[in-house]
Amino acid sequence: MEISLRINGSAETLEVQPQVSLLDALRDQLGLTGTKKGCDQGACGACTVLSDGARITSCLALAVQYEGHEITTIEGVDHPLQEALVRADGLQCGYCTPGQICSAIGMLAEHKEGMASAVTEDDEVDELDEEEIRERMSGNLCRCGAYNGIVEAIKEVAG
Amino acid sequence: MTTAQKPTGAVGKPLDRVDGKTKTTGAAEFAAEHTYPGLAHAALVHATISRGRITALHTDDASAVPGVITVLTHRNAPPLEPVPKTSPLDLSSMVSGTSVDYLQTDEVYWDGQPIAVVVAENAAAANQAAALVRAEYAPSEAAVDFTGAEANARPQPSSPIMPAGAKKGDAEEALAAAPVALDLRFTTPPHNHNALEPHATVAVWDGDRLTVHEPTQAIDWFRAHLAARFGLPADDVRVLSPFVGGGFGGKGAVWPGTILTALAARATGRPVRLALSREGVYRTVGGRTPSIQRVAVGASHDGKLTALVHTSVTRTGRVGGFPEPVTTQSQHLYAAENILLEQKLVRLDLLPNIPMRAPGEAIGTFALECAIDELAYELDIDPIELRLRNEPEANPLDGKEFSLRTLAESYRQGAARFGWHERTPEPRSMRDGRWLVGMGAASAYHPAGYFTADITVRLSADGTVLVRCGFQEIGTGGATAQAQIAADALSVPFQAVHVEYGDSALPKGPFAGGSMQTATVAASLLEACKKLKRSLRTMARRTGGDSHEEVLRRANVPHIEAKVGSSTQLGRKSDQARFMLRLARDRRRWVRASTGAHFCQVRVDPDTGEVRVTRWTGVFSIGTVVNPKSAVSQLRGGIVMGLGMALSEETLVDPRTGRIMNPSLSEYHIPVHADVPPIDVSFLGTPDPTMPGGILGAGELGITGVAAAVANAVHHATGKRVRDLPISVDKLL
Ligand code: FES
Ligand code: FES
Repeated sequence: MEISLRINGSAETLEVQPQVSLLDALRDQLGLTGTKKGCDQGACGACTVLSDGARITSCLALAVQYEGHEITTIEGVDHPLQEALVRADGLQCGYCTPGQICSAIGMLAEHKEGMASAVTEDDEVDELDEEEIRERMSGNLCRCGAYNGIVEAIKEVAG
Repeated sequence: MTTAQKPTGAVGKPLDRVDGKTKTTGAAEFAAEHTYPGLAHAALVHATISRGRITALHTDDASAVPGVITVLTHRNAPPLEPVPKTSPLDLSSMVSGTSVDYLQTDEVYWDGQPIAVVVAENAAAANQAAALVRAEYAPSEAAVDFTGAEANARPQPSSPIMPAGAKKGDAEEALAAAPVALDLRFTTPPHNHNALEPHATVAVWDGDRLTVHEPTQAIDWFRAHLAARFGLPADDVRVLSPFVGGGFGGKGAVWPGTILTALAARATGRPVRLALSREGVYRTVGGRTPSIQRVAVGASHDGKLTALVHTSVTRTGRVGGFPEPVTTQSQHLYAAENILLEQKLVRLDLLPNIPMRAPGEAIGTFALECAIDELAYELDIDPIELRLRNEPEANPLDGKEFSLRTLAESYRQGAARFGWHERTPEPRSMRDGRWLVGMGAASAYHPAGYFTADITVRLSADGTVLVRCGFQEIGTGGATAQAQIAADALSVPFQAVHVEYGDSALPKGPFAGGSMQTATVAASLLEACKKLKRSLRTMARRTGGDSHEEVLRRANVPHIEAKVGSSTQLGRKSDQARFMLRLARDRRRWVRASTGAHFCQVRVDPDTGEVRVTRWTGVFSIGTVVNPKSAVSQLRGGIVMGLGMALSEETLVDPRTGRIMNPSLSEYHIPVHADVPPIDVSFLGTPDPTMPGGILGAGELGITGVAAAVANAVHHATGKRVRDLPISVDKLL
């Protein structure tokens, strides 16, 4: 099937089988290998990208569902979080990092829109404290254990 | 000239890691992302019995899948040389994950062993076809149940480098006579490394030369092993590994995927990529052995240890594996009058085990440090006070000198930072609302040492420095740390140093294991810098000039270079021999280790048994802290992995079939953001006087003692002792 979508600001047309995941389409067909595969089943978050600004795990997304959408991958991200992460040493091997960054950008937007999390009391969304960040980022695994640094960096850019 | 330049003081500064930007922009290219014109894709077919023979392999359906190039089995695969015999004189001989000659015979040695490889034009076709290969087997009897095999355990093979036990006095007798004694049994389950990057190989042949892209902790050993298996001179094999998406020991050996990718590339004449699925990693890359441990302690009423017994049973595979040194820390941590340590082994028809972060001490400290806490309660002495009363002056077993022993200071500083004095000793005595609160402590211990490495250091007339060494950057910040060391050694700014690594074409680097890489590379780097400065001084006597740049310009040379190590066969052999001699000599002289004290606070839900770790403090001694920022990360990373080990991690092996039942990240639970509180890490910072640059290891220390600190805190909160990891809710109800 042929699909058209926008990726990192430019229009792309792809020929994909209906069962191909967005992750494989990005990595194998478009050469956008910044998005990582850690499990291919929605358990690790390494493949997180933004679709119209919302975070999705691209291994669980079929490419054909994203016809007409605007996809942003790490290659298209230019965000203060990237430098904040380096300063806070919120990365070691770097394999989870693109997913953490895309997920955090999506998470910050969710918070701004007033979306509550499992630890938000009485659904009163106010300040994004450490507990909120940790809860909201728990879909992104980091086996190197760089969690403290990631949270610190997100807190810094969340303001 | 050198007097005019002040040392830059880069060592000890919390500098940002040099590859940070590459990793935060998506520019870092991991192995699976390398592509070549005509690249073909491979997928593995796994055996579904634990032991026996393949009687039939039906590959027609697989071959018929559009895009399939070939299905390789033991009937049509090109030949492989056998696995080289292991020899202590050649460390690279230990790098083979198993001794199996993949696709050379019809024999099966573990459930999950690759029995066929599909090569196709794309990964989807390869995976689809692999699922269509059908095998028939003649199974033979297999031993796969670890707990059931305990009675058959045999003493581990022992060597001076890896002793399988130790003895001082008569510990059993002292135990029987002790006024206060405890005899306890602990168990730990198998674990998997679960580096976030699954193993992947891209192999390409150019005539008889082989290039392999693969994330590995052992570039040089990989090269030697591949050369041996394919009958090539080592110089005709190149291994590239600039980025490694986490290792933890799992990428320290050559597993079947690597060999089979190179074999498939040879058979098809195409470059081939094999990117393992998460399940593929579980089936073909060994993990941590389970253990059964006995710790028995006897003491006088005032808390002096009279007897310490620590024994272990672990497993290896019938076709390989690593006898885990579970009792190491028990040789060194306590001044017991009588000591008995014994390590036993069972051999099972399972995928062989492999070191995982702090093999031995990660699980050994769990049993020992829980037992000490239990003893403290028996004696009604504060657990930290009990440790201080038994802090040895010299190595308890043989009176050997400690090169650096600061454990008591770690406890003093840690207790103050953590607020240990607020703890009321009585179990279930502390609460936070409805939550039960508990505090626990435990010691961290990891032996230290260093290997050999070749290196070149080049100083250019433009003031830049190039350091070249084929070591591995697995997330530790190695390139940053070495640049800091070079900057200080040569009195140049940190930014002027560039470090090349991750390629077998560079001077031979060490294995990234045993927390020894930083000290090892530093040893050669410091030596090379010394040589370089000597040549520079000689040159300066002739030319004059008061800076490096000036001297080189006046001498009219673009750069000067110094090197350590030899790339000739003979040079390598003598390097190896020198290493073994130094190792033996150092072990006779000193006991070297990094150490530390962990403090943990948990809260436990009294109704559901849910354990949350809410606070953590660790004070560590890792010798010179080259880069406090990345060193803190290393320690935190170890602690986070330890939290998983304490509370949730467990590889489930079916005791009837030997099959791993939870080969995925959704069924094997590693810690997530919400599980990890802010972790307060600090360092004592005293250099080890016997180590290069004063540096001890940092990568593995963090995980040791963590599970014990959690278990001790859980006991303090609930009054329950859980001696079988993980501390899951069912064990607290
Ligand atoms: S690869 Fe998509 S969640 Fe793990
Ligand atoms: S930095 Fe290695 S997995 Fe997160």
